[in-house]
Amino acid sequence: MGSQTYPVAGGLQTETAPSRHGYLEEIHSWIVTVDHKKLGIMYIVYALLFLVIGGLEAILMRIQLAAPGLHFLEPQTFNRMFTMHGTTMVFLVGMMILFGFGNYLVPLMIGARDMAFPRLNAFSFWMSALAGILLYFSFIGGNGLAGTGTAPDMGWFAYAPLTEKAFSPGHTTDYWTIALLANGIGSIGTSINILATVFCMRTKGMTLMRMPMLPWLYATMSFLTLLAISPLTAAQAMLMIDRYLGGHFFDTQAGGSAILWAHFFWIFGHPEVYVLVLPAFGMASEIIPVFSRKAIFGYPAMVAASVSIGFISLGVWAHHMFTIGLTSYGNAFFTLSTMLVGVPTGIKLFNWLATLWGGKIQYRPPMMFAAAYLIQFLIAGLTGIMLSVSAWDWQLHNSYFVVAHFHYVLVGAIVFMLFSALYYWYPKMTGRMLDEKLAKWHFWLFLIGFHLTFDLMHIPGLLGMPRWIYTYEADRGWGTLNLLISIGGVIQGIAVLIFVYNMVHSYFKGELAGPDPWDAWTLEWATASPPPSYNFATDPVVGSRRPLWDLKHPDDPDSAFE
Amino acid sequence: MTITKKRKATQGNFLTSTQELNCATIAAHRNTRPVKSSTSIRGSLAGLALLVGHQAVALAESPTSIFSTLSTPAHETNSIGLFVVIICTAIFAVVAALLGYAFWRFRAGNSDEHEPAQVFGSMQIELSWTIIPVLIVVVLFLATARTLFSIQDAPKPANALNITAVGHQYWWEYHYPEYGIVTANELHIPVATGNGGRVTYIKLTSADVIHSFWVPQLGGKTDMLPNRVNEMWWDPQKAGVYVGQCGQYCGAQHAKMLLRVYVDTPEQFAAWVAGQRKQQTELVADVVDSTSEAVNPSVGQKVFEQQSCINCHAVQGTVANGRFGPDLTHLMSRDTLGAGAIQNTPENLKAWVEDPQQFKPGCLMPAMHLTNKQNLQITAYLQTLK
Repeated sequence: MGSQTYPVAGGLQTETAPSRHGYLEEIHSWIVTVDHKKLGIMYIVYALLFLVIGGLEAILMRIQLAAPGLHFLEPQTFNRMFTMHGTTMVFLVGMMILFGFGNYLVPLMIGARDMAFPRLNAFSFWMSALAGILLYFSFIGGNGLAGTGTAPDMGWFAYAPLTEKAFSPGHTTDYWTIALLANGIGSIGTSINILATVFCMRTKGMTLMRMPMLPWLYATMSFLTLLAISPLTAAQAMLMIDRYLGGHFFDTQAGGSAILWAHFFWIFGHPEVYVLVLPAFGMASEIIPVFSRKAIFGYPAMVAASVSIGFISLGVWAHHMFTIGLTSYGNAFFTLSTMLVGVPTGIKLFNWLATLWGGKIQYRPPMMFAAAYLIQFLIAGLTGIMLSVSAWDWQLHNSYFVVAHFHYVLVGAIVFMLFSALYYWYPKMTGRMLDEKLAKWHFWLFLIGFHLTFDLMHIPGLLGMPRWIYTYEADRGWGTLNLLISIGGVIQGIAVLIFVYNMVHSYFKGELAGPDPWDAWTLEWATASPPPSYNFATDPVVGSRRPLWDLKHPDDPDSAFE
Repeated sequence: MTITKKRKATQGNFLTSTQELNCATIAAHRNTRPVKSSTSIRGSLAGLALLVGHQAVALAESPTSIFSTLSTPAHETNSIGLFVVIICTAIFAVVAALLGYAFWRFRAGNSDEHEPAQVFGSMQIELSWTIIPVLIVVVLFLATARTLFSIQDAPKPANALNITAVGHQYWWEYHYPEYGIVTANELHIPVATGNGGRVTYIKLTSADVIHSFWVPQLGGKTDMLPNRVNEMWWDPQKAGVYVGQCGQYCGAQHAKMLLRVYVDTPEQFAAWVAGQRKQQTELVADVVDSTSEAVNPSVGQKVFEQQSCINCHAVQGTVANGRFGPDLTHLMSRDTLGAGAIQNTPENLKAWVEDPQQFKPGCLMPAMHLTNKQNLQITAYLQTLK
């Protein structure tokens, strides 16, 4: 039997003194802040801004592709759009919004008053923010002359030697490179910070095996980030040496290797996918139990599965390179390692299913998105298994089937889970609930748009449509499908606008949330909404994985079963 | 045959295990509730999904569908693909049915204030949904490996036709070392079946950035990398024209780096080879001067050779020996211009010579800003390159 739970003595009584000062002081307080909550919110808002920009880029591309042979965008403009869309969505939206949630939630969930290194935290945010500015400055500074108007156009994975000076003159590639270097420094800083926080800052009684799933997944994600960002940073440095100091790492005209870049990029790039999806797993593992009114099923198996996904994901990168000319043994190895990721991933899905089983599921907005997430993540995983079949991947590689697959992961799983998380934790962050009627409009429109776009997108891939093409021949039979895909994209855009409106509207007019609007069980709900800068008036003491359950059910506490 | 057997075995395993899983989950649950058997519903759902998928694909008549396969590598790839799709569809049907059932069955009632029974886990269940996926992975992996090795490590027949294909920013160059032929964009190969049929082996490399060689009906794609040679093979079963395009982003005009493969009967192929081996000659002009007003092939050739055309283009048998652009020795034997961007008609040819950027903005052939007369003269000359 574990020790009794005494969460947050005085935590709920905390009053947030309404601060009465001018907007300049308010802005100043955000700029100089080292508070993990303010930084977390800044990460999230910054990422949402870029989500809208990246989304607009996608819409422009979808208009161009709505029918064969359109002239809506110039070929080079289209190429810039997909490069910027990919880079923006992965580095400025995905990484930043997930780090934002990590920053906000990890200290609260483990009962800490801040991250381990608050100043490093602020530094990391501003480095990552700088990355966005650098990347988008390339639109005006890309050719070195103001007004010439360019942006990088070599695709988000920037295969060498297309990025060498001979094929990409001007400075667009350089803006892309230094943006990713700056972003990488920010990511590494935050990863170190999350790891130190998780391993050193847990409150009394919170052993690793009592920690909520979300901090576990953030710890795994941070390990992966440290391991994955390093080769990317090395590769960017090598590319800069090639471009400015006459190096020949990737300069094939002087004996360099094109495959070297591909290896460097994908040994970053594949773990990166898990860096993005692991926090979403963490959010699902917090939200699904609360709205099923049941404890997470198989907690130790969930932790083990998360950590093993992290490990296996380091050995699968060359499945992005099945067509590059690996030996048959190389292809076989990466087929097997990739398929093996399916095992721990399956364990996670089955455990969520078992969490639902026998519960009392409340379909509030966070759970609606989480339910859609479960089905969509299942499909994304299965198309992933199809792509791991290296022989079939020779056909599917770089086709729209792949585009559909990874958007199923990134949108169908991660973005749906992020919306779920925003509905779930917005009340904690702002003290007000998001409007449920608008949430339902957002959910159904986004769901319909998502499926119209990304379900159909698999088919042109099977019919031989490669990615990165700004137009296509009319005789290929891809036209109708692409029109429907584009319409779905616009519907998703409308849904996102509803969501943005809801966020702004509810910030001023939303119903007051109170400290614990969802009747949840983890420590962040034990303090006020929004929490005071010190989080908890006194350090909470926990005796189980669900300290607030113990508090609410003194007759049947979890701590009695440990 | 082996694959079919394996498939049956796996499906059998999976269904049984799901039933076990159902029972085990219920047993673990404190309030045991009866569960209706939904296996047959799931089965028919899977069948329906497959049928709909098949119909959708069959309806979209596409010359680049990966399902209408006409060579052994494409066919084997397709078989393993369909095998995996069937297994994944079955898994989807089972898991999605369970999820859907849970979503619906365990929704909260309005009046129910009590928390449900709290269940923390079950070792047996965890083990079952670990071991079963491992078994499925083993089956999928072995089936894939079999196809992989049989395509990638297939022994090369002694009479195979060897071709070298070189990717360029935004066109394809082909060498037939056996015949001394160099051509571009439109690849001719013999059919592999019947008397005189030959398998084609293609060595792939690149002159600049990474490209990828892909004709879906004949097989999967293989990348073309600078400083490296990859190899792939086709054994087309039926004569005809097959289309594809570059599969790896390679710059501004990646989208119009189109690819046409003419699979000829042995007789057609022999005739084509004989045609391609003919050299062109320096035409004897009445007025050997590129400033001449006359529009005829021999003046056109002088214009062609004295402007910068021959820096990039070769016409074998003449002084034109540029290697940067497509070889034009037998230009008129091709159906398209600009790697499939437009049809090869006299009007298009002249318009292309005038300004290729109007068809393929960003391609590396610039508009030469010649006079209209010069363009007509060059076009007249190019039309003799049969």
